[in-house]
Amino acid sequence: MRVQKEVFDAAAEAAVLTDGRSDIGAVVTFTGLCRDEGGALAALEIEHYPGMAEDEITRVACEAAARWPLEGIVAIHRYGLIKPGEPIVLVVTASTHRTEAFAAATFLMDYLKTEAPFWKKQHLADQTSGDWVEAKAQDFAAADKWRA
Amino acid sequence: MRALYFAWVRERIGKAEEEIAPPETIKTVGELMGWLHGQGENYAAAFAHIKSMRAAIDRTHVKHDALIGNAREIAFFPPMTGG
Repeated sequence: MRVQKEVFDAAAEAAVLTDGRSDIGAVVTFTGLCRDEGGALAALEIEHYPGMAEDEITRVACEAAARWPLEGIVAIHRYGLIKPGEPIVLVVTASTHRTEAFAAATFLMDYLKTEAPFWKKQHLADQTSGDWVEAKAQDFAAADKWRA
Repeated sequence: MRALYFAWVRERIGKAEEEIAPPETIKTVGELMGWLHGQGENYAAAFAHIKSMRAAIDRTHVKHDALIGNAREIAFFPPMTGG
């Protein structure tokens, strides 16, 4: 679990989970990227709460590990200025079978979006400073369904 | 008690953190938000929509009815938009 400014290498991070292992049957890798919103966006600035961001990602990963039989988890969230096309967030889950790996990866993303203290601000291509991204009701609904 | 502000809460108040000393009658997170709202125009703007705001005590999410108790660090921020 990491919070970092630097770009990450999704394939290298996933390989760490499977290197030297012959018991893992499924690895799900999810990378969230910065979109340019049809050319309007120059960059996203991601603010975080140092300390709590790491704590929340770890807490969410522990909850995933308690819910599904996982052989490994990687979760990385970046902060700072991120350009369109660059990765923002990475979730990798490894399991014996695919069902658990897919479910755990979805759960991790649903929870990271709504529980980990990160906030996105838009920097627009026309040099103006854009607004803070508003939280979406559908993201909270997606996280809520795991509580049922 | 250290108060931390993030995203547009930080921008509207004009600072990222400060030491605060609310009166002893302020017991809950929600009451503290109401008290902060009265600390000036910038605070009123930051705490204009208290219901939708989030808070954390010592880096753990809390609801508005949570007791402040002996909190060392209390943070206020909008709903998260990471991922």
